[in-house]
Amino acid sequence: MNIPKDLKYTKDHEWIKVDGDIATIGITDFAQGELGDIVYVEVDTIDETLEKEEVFGTVEAVKTVSDLFMPISGEIIEFNESLESNPEKVNEDPYNEGWMIKLKMSDSSELEDLLSPEDYQNTVS
Amino acid sequence: MKKTALYNKHLEMGAKMVPFAGYDMPVQYSGVNQEHINVRNNVGVFDVSHMGEFLVKGENALALIQKISSNDATQLFPGRAQYAYLPNSKGGVVDDMLVYMIDQNHYMLVVNASNIEKDWNWIVSQNNVGAEIENISDNFSLIAVQGPKAVDVLQELTSIDLNGIKFYHFQVGDFAGLNNIIISATGYTGSGGFELYVPNQSAETVWEAIFSTKIQPPVLPTGLAARDTLRLEMGYCLYGNDISDETSPIAAGLGWVTKFNKDFIGKEIIQNQKNEGTEDKLIAFELIDRGIPRKDYEIENYSGELIGKVTSGTMGPSVQKAIGLGYIKSEYAKMGDTIYLKIRNKKIPALIVKLPFFKNS
Repeated sequence: MNIPKDLKYTKDHEWIKVDGDIATIGITDFAQGELGDIVYVEVDTIDETLEKEEVFGTVEAVKTVSDLFMPISGEIIEFNESLESNPEKVNEDPYNEGWMIKLKMSDSSELEDLLSPEDYQNTVS
Repeated sequence: MKKTALYNKHLEMGAKMVPFAGYDMPVQYSGVNQEHINVRNNVGVFDVSHMGEFLVKGENALALIQKISSNDATQLFPGRAQYAYLPNSKGGVVDDMLVYMIDQNHYMLVVNASNIEKDWNWIVSQNNVGAEIENISDNFSLIAVQGPKAVDVLQELTSIDLNGIKFYHFQVGDFAGLNNIIISATGYTGSGGFELYVPNQSAETVWEAIFSTKIQPPVLPTGLAARDTLRLEMGYCLYGNDISDETSPIAAGLGWVTKFNKDFIGKEIIQNQKNEGTEDKLIAFELIDRGIPRKDYEIENYSGELIGKVTSGTMGPSVQKAIGLGYIKSEYAKMGDTIYLKIRNKKIPALIVKLPFFKNS
């Protein structure tokens, strides 16, 4: 299973990549495998400021629907619009082309609560 | 949790297993979309051994079947199968099923896995005519080989001329060196193919033989997830979703397998449903805006009144549309009209359409 070393993770199987005060969010390789073929990613929370653990969107696979949770608090500034026509990118390339949102962090100290690659590896194995 | 005779094969082939109807079943192997499209274009193989099989024998076998089945079994002959349902006495559906006439005074009923016990108890309770009935569900495996290239795979494994078996007909004969295998031109995908009824001890032999053929592209194992998207693109009812003990078979569109020229349990009530019309009707719809319909989502009319509920929904991999079935009040069930699905906090418009969603070209 692919768990890149330069990312942080949550128990809800999301990854976070930090660049200054901007964080890019997606779901992990494990998550996309569990969901199966993804057919729709819905994010209607652009420009909203949400708290950690609030729902920012939904990912629909053929057989299941799952909520997407804010790994940290912040303002959602961008949605990966290419997922509207190509949701399968989440399956094919979850850590790059399959990214979901970018957010402007409200409190970077929350990053300390996230899981390291090693800790995340332990939660899924 | 029960296992089918092919359980180890599924693990070897990398299946993702899930509990279904008391069995640990393969939900997918390579991925639902790929498996689905492969069945539409080539050939896929399903283990559906969880399905139930009952034998009905003896000189009163036909009398019992006529009583419990909505369809007319006098139309059968050895080698012919028919789709039917088991009506209950309140105008609902105990289960849907296939009725096979194996021979004179010898029939096989094939029922849904989740209903085996309920159906068996129901049939036993209705058997006051003295038919001999036997539940062979735990002894038989069912392997479905579905798709336009099914004959290409299976023909080299049997001396039976498979092209000579018409839809909803079957033959009993040799397959992969075994005898007495039922090869039935039936299925739940809308893409043609066969279903093989095999004793458990021979299931692995049959499965391996099918996968040993050299056809290109190769035969793919196919899971229950693709089975569901394939059937839904055809608009085939799934028991527990689209039909149940509480739903009218007429409202569900099963009038075509309801034969009023004979007696059966619940006939008067169902005749009444047909004559008077039903309060609700099962409709097929496709979403106009983005979203995926799911079971139990509410359906509203233009002014926001609740008019029904979704019973099945998915993104159709072949039709590339979000599609579904659901019951709505009959006065709204007009082809081409727009209904509205409540998906989370949104109202998504959907068009009422004709079945099937997927049309074979």
